[in-house]
This record gives sequence, C-alpha cells and structure tokens, in this order.
Amino acid sequence: MQQFVNVTLSGLTQGMIYSAFALALVLIWRSTRIVNFAQGSMAAATAFIALAIINAGASYWVALVVALIAGFVMGALVERIIIRPVEGGPELNAVIVTLGLFVAIQALIAIIAGSSFQSFPTPFGVRGFTIGDTTIALTPTSLYVIGSVLVVMALLVALFRFTRTGLAMRASAFGQEVARLLGVRVGRMLTLGWGLAAVVGSLSGLLIAGGGFVYPAYMDSLIVFGFVAAVLGGLDSPIGAIVGGLILGLALSYISGYVDRGSALVNVSALVILMVVLLVRPGGLFASSTARRA
Amino acid sequence: MTDAHGSTAVSAGAAAGAGGRAAPGTALLEVDGLTSAYGPVRALDGVTLSAEAGRITAVLGANGAGKTTLLRTISGLVRPQAGRVTLDGEDITRAPVEAMVGKGMAHVPEGRGVIAELTVDENLRVGSLFRGKVERSEFDRVYDIFPRIAERRDNAAHTLSGGERQMLVIGRALLAQPRILLLDEPSLGLAPRIVAQIFGLLRKLVDSEGLSVLLVEQNARSALSVADVGVVLNLGRVVVTDQARSLMADEGLRHAYLGF
Repeated sequence: MQQFVNVTLSGLTQGMIYSAFALALVLIWRSTRIVNFAQGSMAAATAFIALAIINAGASYWVALVVALIAGFVMGALVERIIIRPVEGGPELNAVIVTLGLFVAIQALIAIIAGSSFQSFPTPFGVRGFTIGDTTIALTPTSLYVIGSVLVVMALLVALFRFTRTGLAMRASAFGQEVARLLGVRVGRMLTLGWGLAAVVGSLSGLLIAGGGFVYPAYMDSLIVFGFVAAVLGGLDSPIGAIVGGLILGLALSYISGYVDRGSALVNVSALVILMVVLLVRPGGLFASSTARRA
Repeated sequence: MTDAHGSTAVSAGAAAGAGGRAAPGTALLEVDGLTSAYGPVRALDGVTLSAEAGRITAVLGANGAGKTTLLRTISGLVRPQAGRVTLDGEDITRAPVEAMVGKGMAHVPEGRGVIAELTVDENLRVGSLFRGKVERSEFDRVYDIFPRIAERRDNAAHTLSGGERQMLVIGRALLAQPRILLLDEPSLGLAPRIVAQIFGLLRKLVDSEGLSVLLVEQNARSALSVADVGVVLNLGRVVVTDQARSLMADEGLRHAYLGF
C-alpha cells in the first residue's frame, strides 16, 4: 500500500511536468499547426540562464522569473524571425526548421556553458513528508512542482476564457483569415502565443532540472514524454495535454515501480504507448478534430 | 419577401455606423480598373464598379467569373496588380486587411467564416474586438434581429445549421458597425426559404439603417430580387451594369450570363 501511494505520488509529480511540456507543444500546434521540436532546447537554454543567475549569487526566485521572461522573449523572437517565413508553406519546411533549431540551440548551449553536468538547485527540500512513522514520496519540491504548474495553467485558462486578448488569440488560432477580416492583428497574436507557450515549456524545463543535473541535452527525454503526452491528448486540446501528461506520468511510474528492472523500460514504454495510441486512437484520447474544418 | 420569424425587430442603431454616413445614392465604394491574378491566371481584368450608399449592389456571374476574387481584392486578402479601391473617397487599395474593418468595411468571406471552435457569443465578440469595449445592448440588438442564434448563444458555432451560420456571420459583421458590408455567396447551400429570409433581413437593414451592401452571388434570381443595382461579371470583366429590375427583364442577358 505504501509503495502504491509513493509510486502514484511520484507519477503525478512527473506527470505534471510532462503536462506542462505537452501544453507548450499543444498551444503552438493549435495556433500554427507546427510541432515545435525546438521547445526542449529552448527550455534548456532558459534553465542555463537561470543557473548562470543563481551562480552569480541571486536567489532561485529571481532566476526563475528572469528565465521565464527569457523564455517568452525567445519564443516570440523564434516565431517572428524564424517561423514566420515558413508559416503557410509546405509543412515539412516548418518541421525541418524547428528540428534544425533544436540542434542549433543545444549546440549553442554546449559552446557557451560547456557540456558537463551541473547541479541545479531547488528552492524546497526533497525529503518526503512523514505521516506517523512512514515517510511518503510527497516532498516540498513535488508540492512546488504541482502547485506552480497548476498556477500557470489557471492563468492560461483565465487569459483564454476571460480576456479580450485571449479571445483574439483563439480567433487567430482557429480562423486566421476571418480574424484578420475582423481587424484582429493575427501576426501579433501568433507571436504572443509562441511566447506564452515557451514560458510554459521553460517552466517544465526548470522544474525537471530542480534538484538534479543540467547539461545541454538534459531535456531530451522530457521532449519525448511531452510529445507522447500531447499526442495522447490529441495535440489539439489543452485539457488533453494535461490529462495525457498525468496518465503518462502515472503509467511510467507504475512501470518503473512494479515491473522487474522497470526503470530501464521507462523510455521504451513511453514510445510503446505512443505507438498504441497512434494505432488505436490516432486522434488522441480527447480528439475533437471532427469539429474542425480544414 | 417573407420573413419566417415575423420578426420586425430590426431596431435602430444595430448597424449604425460610427462615422458620418454618405448620402444615399452617392458612390461609397469605388473600384477602378482592378486587376489581379493567381500566378499566371488573371482573375480580374480591369473591373470598374461602384457601390452606392444605402443600396444593395449585386455582383453576378458564373463560377470562375472572378466574383470571390473581386471581394478578396477589395478587402486586401489578394493584392491587386493594378487599379484602385476607394471607400468614401479614401484610397484603401494597399491598406492592410486588418485595417479594413476599422475603415468601415466588413467582409463576410465565402463559406460563411464562422469560427467553428468558438461559441456563438464569442464569434459575435470577435466582431467587435477592434472597437474596444462594446455595450452589451449592441449584442442584444443582434440577437433581436436573429432570434434563432440567440437561443444558441452558448453553443459551439459548429453545431449551427447553414442558415444559422449565415445569420451569425451577418450579425457579427453588424457588430463591427460597417458602412459597407461585403457578402460572398450568402445563399450557398441554403434552402430557398432561408435564402429569402436572409435577403429579406438584408433589405430591411439597408432600408431602415442605411447600411450599404456589396453582394456577390451565383444565385442571380434571388440576388436581383433584393438588389438595387446588378453588375454582371464574366471571365474577370464587367459585362453590364444596370438597375436590378432592368437586368431581370433582359431575357437575352439572363440566358447568356445568369443561367435563368
């Protein structure tokens, strides 16, 4: 029983991070129909910015805020300068561009920050809470992870549901031409969308780094998990991305917790789940694509 | 023209433009020598026409005559190779698409242009976004004009029928307070009764609110029955411009270009 609770809790915590990364992919996919393969190395870049600030003596929180702002700026610049020229062109062009960007940013990090492992701090402890005389796998850090992802998601929901900017962003995502005819500055909304997505992606990169090590390719497995979570949720649905991330987090946690030598199976399991979803429900668990016209 | 709702609720102000209004009968939108092409295919070849204030001007012609391209070039979605578009004397030929609605032109594109993922109410709100904060009463007025969509206001727009979608996009355009409404094939795929109802409402809006409409239609018979002026387009050129009722009466022309 205790093991089940612990495995579940750590699955949920990891799942929250996958959800955030998946959400970053989904936000960009539904507005520009591009899978941003560069999201992972963009997030890694912001983690190294945060690390540099922390190493310079500033607090974790200052570093977090600066890194998230840097993520926004990076996302917006990438859309405006690199993605805009290939938007509306053949889909493969955008894929190649984001893949190229993924490699280029990772290489740039290695050139600037070196490719050795560097430990990344976490603002809270990683010792589990104690109930009676048993220690559970719920740590202050995991509460911080879950809480910060929930706060960011709530802010996004509020933005999209209740503000005029959010409505303009949704209109731009779903009906570019109509939105332009109605006076919405679609280009600006897409830039904003990429910036916000990059903030969410950066947050997931900072959270997964917390209490561990960073190196230029440290995001690689999260990219895979986040992508699987996004596909699980249907790529089009923000709620789907969140639920997909949690399902994947739990599934992988149970596999590594209960299956003999399961931790070695985590990566391959994620890919098996991806294949099964694509075979059985290619639209994802929350497919709403029937509502969509071409 | 019958109105199946018996709705006479085209209340004052629903389409009242923000700025001053050109006097009825004077040229509001003028298109002069407009030429545009998709690659090597020339779609418009020196089209000249004018839409008068407080009138419905119908552009008619067969498939491929250039009707849709005409509207798309006027609103800036397609860049013209030559020619000029002026709205109330202001040259808007090269103005960005996003700026058109602020100048008083609302273009409802072909295929209705409903944003399917948003609710009915959200679709209407998108229409008024560029104006900043808009009184709720303006939305209520649109719902009064189109009671059918009022019942569905919190439903996703993709659940609407074709006729309801057309009502939604016209209502949305009205919230932009246009001086001229550009409508692309509003009758497409609709039952004759619904077409009659929508054209009847348009006529009311034009007569009671002073709205001006540039209508593009393949369904020439319905369009001419509601329009004041007809322009017949063939292979990107204007063949004839005349009063709608004269075009209606010209049997030779009807057979040659309008298919009825």
